[in-house]
Amino acid sequence: MARKNQGPEAHSKIPEQLKTWSDQVDQPENVNRIINALYTVCALLVVVDPFVHKHGPFEIEHIWGFYVLCGTITSVGLVIVAKVLRVILMKPEDYYDQ
Amino acid sequence: MISELNPGIILIAGALLIPVLPNSWRNPYMIAIPVAAFAYVLGLPIGEFGKIQLFDMTLTTLRVDNLSLTFGYIFLIATLIGVIYALHIGDSIQHTAGMIYAGSAVGAAFAGDLVTLFVFWELTAIASVFLIWAARTQRAYDAGQRYLIIQIGSGVILLAGILIYYRDTGSIAFNAIGIETLAGQIMLVAIGIKCAFPLLHNWLQDAYPEATITGTVILSAFTTKLAVYALARGYAGTDILIPIGAIMAAFPLFYGIIENDLRRVLAYALNNQLGFMVVGVGIGTELAINGVAAHAFVHILYKSLLFMAVGAVLFRVGTAKASELGGLVRDMPLTLVFYLIGAAAIALPFFSGFVAKSLIVSAALKGEHFWAWMTLVLASAGVFLICGLRLPYVIFWQPTSAPYKDKKEVPVNMLIAMGAAAALCIGIGVYYHPLYAILPYNVKYAPYTLDHIVTQLQIVAFTMLVFTFMLRRNFFPTAKNSILMEVDWFYRKLSYNIAVTLTLMAQASWRIMINNIVQVAADLEKWINTHHSTGSIFGRTWPTGNMAFWATVMLGGYLILLYFR
Repeated sequence: MARKNQGPEAHSKIPEQLKTWSDQVDQPENVNRIINALYTVCALLVVVDPFVHKHGPFEIEHIWGFYVLCGTITSVGLVIVAKVLRVILMKPEDYYDQ
Repeated sequence: MISELNPGIILIAGALLIPVLPNSWRNPYMIAIPVAAFAYVLGLPIGEFGKIQLFDMTLTTLRVDNLSLTFGYIFLIATLIGVIYALHIGDSIQHTAGMIYAGSAVGAAFAGDLVTLFVFWELTAIASVFLIWAARTQRAYDAGQRYLIIQIGSGVILLAGILIYYRDTGSIAFNAIGIETLAGQIMLVAIGIKCAFPLLHNWLQDAYPEATITGTVILSAFTTKLAVYALARGYAGTDILIPIGAIMAAFPLFYGIIENDLRRVLAYALNNQLGFMVVGVGIGTELAINGVAAHAFVHILYKSLLFMAVGAVLFRVGTAKASELGGLVRDMPLTLVFYLIGAAAIALPFFSGFVAKSLIVSAALKGEHFWAWMTLVLASAGVFLICGLRLPYVIFWQPTSAPYKDKKEVPVNMLIAMGAAAALCIGIGVYYHPLYAILPYNVKYAPYTLDHIVTQLQIVAFTMLVFTFMLRRNFFPTAKNSILMEVDWFYRKLSYNIAVTLTLMAQASWRIMINNIVQVAADLEKWINTHHSTGSIFGRTWPTGNMAFWATVMLGGYLILLYFR
């Protein structure tokens, strides 16, 4: 995914175990494996939701998948709003020096 | 007698020796100071000590109770970690300033009265600005000046509040203050500045990212958490703090997701976490105040860890800009691991943030503060998206073509400091009982219930899912070399533009006025010239014969008039 063709000298200071570990995480097939694991975990968390009793006083919390929605809506909403905000707020780095 | 000494003084007095020590002694000595102070604090009995008579006021320079101890412990731990992280630099100005800064924060946490608090409060401002100036760039110098003005301003406002409080009540005791009185309101503004309340917050994001690599780590620990301590002490249960805290928890996220400077992103995330604490203070129940103290404790650790990891990247790569980073997973795997532990500590079960934040969220639930609770739940997803996903992706995996000057892990002392903070992040998360034992109130609370764990995992997992989707679809905003307009636009751009406009207007009106005066003077001169210049009627030279002739005519005229009379 990231840069390729680095000489071995780039790794000289890195412990052998971690080097393989960090290299392996970067392999495309392992990235796919991680993402598939994420899908599985997400599916599991949705399935178990009705079996977990929540203790809060608010009705909304007891809706099936409420916290799933929280995570999803926040992430999507945050990115969309921030993208709009960026048009208004973004300035060149020397803006205050002009 | 020795037990009457405020532990902050140990650090401050100890700091004064740092510049004069020979190099070989300096590092062990700097580690020894916070360790000695920590040992001293462990031996302190509960109570009020160090009373000093000042005019007709009694200062309580050392007040030891559970709230001050919680903050005292973590301030000293943060000092030690910060010192270790900075051992490789030889700049004794930074070491000294950092130690005095930490000492004044510790001193303020143990201050039993408002005057002592004020003294340490101002000292934190003065000492800390040197950590910003030590970066020795023009940007850092300017940002440091703005920072200093705002921080000293906070101190002056605090002093005004204290004076009114003393006049009204005849007391300078630092206990619950509340906002019913004018003095209480004024002091809340002073604390609100240091606590980075919305609209008063911008000094934080402005100055922290301009400090030195090691300075930012130290800065992130003290000033704002000292303000949280002062809030918890003086304003527990003040309702207005709940909406203030909720806004604080939410709005910095919109900036954090698109800001380019990663240390600034962390400053926004810091501001967001402060919002959780302010909500907790506003709720004010024993559970909530425990949550505030616990969250401040763990937050200092994981936020330092995140700043240390990004600092390590800045140290090795020379930039902390999202637009210039990427692909460091192969080069700095240890830093990556430490970063991920710090990020996990924000949200994941069995890491430190979870056992602390749960207290505040549960307090909001129990108190039926619907909007505050809702905001905190959503904000915890948002901050994980930023610190837990965006930042590590940008630093370690983002494809980049930037040529790095140096790609190695950082010096071993920086790794040790990060390792220690990471160990505490995991340790407290797994074995939270010692943390709960030192909290201000004795409240039974079980963080690891099934619903807590599952719901938190749902939030985190689906945030990751959305992030993955967005990355694959190229929807996630890519970093660009830029800055974002903030509240400081008003005093850095608007007021500047107003000043420039006023100057131009003054210059123009001056020019018009001068032109008019010149015109009038020219007209006058012209008029004078027509009658008085050489050759004109008054300026001409006349022969004396004329004069004699006209005198004779005049006298002749008189004669004729007399004759007719």
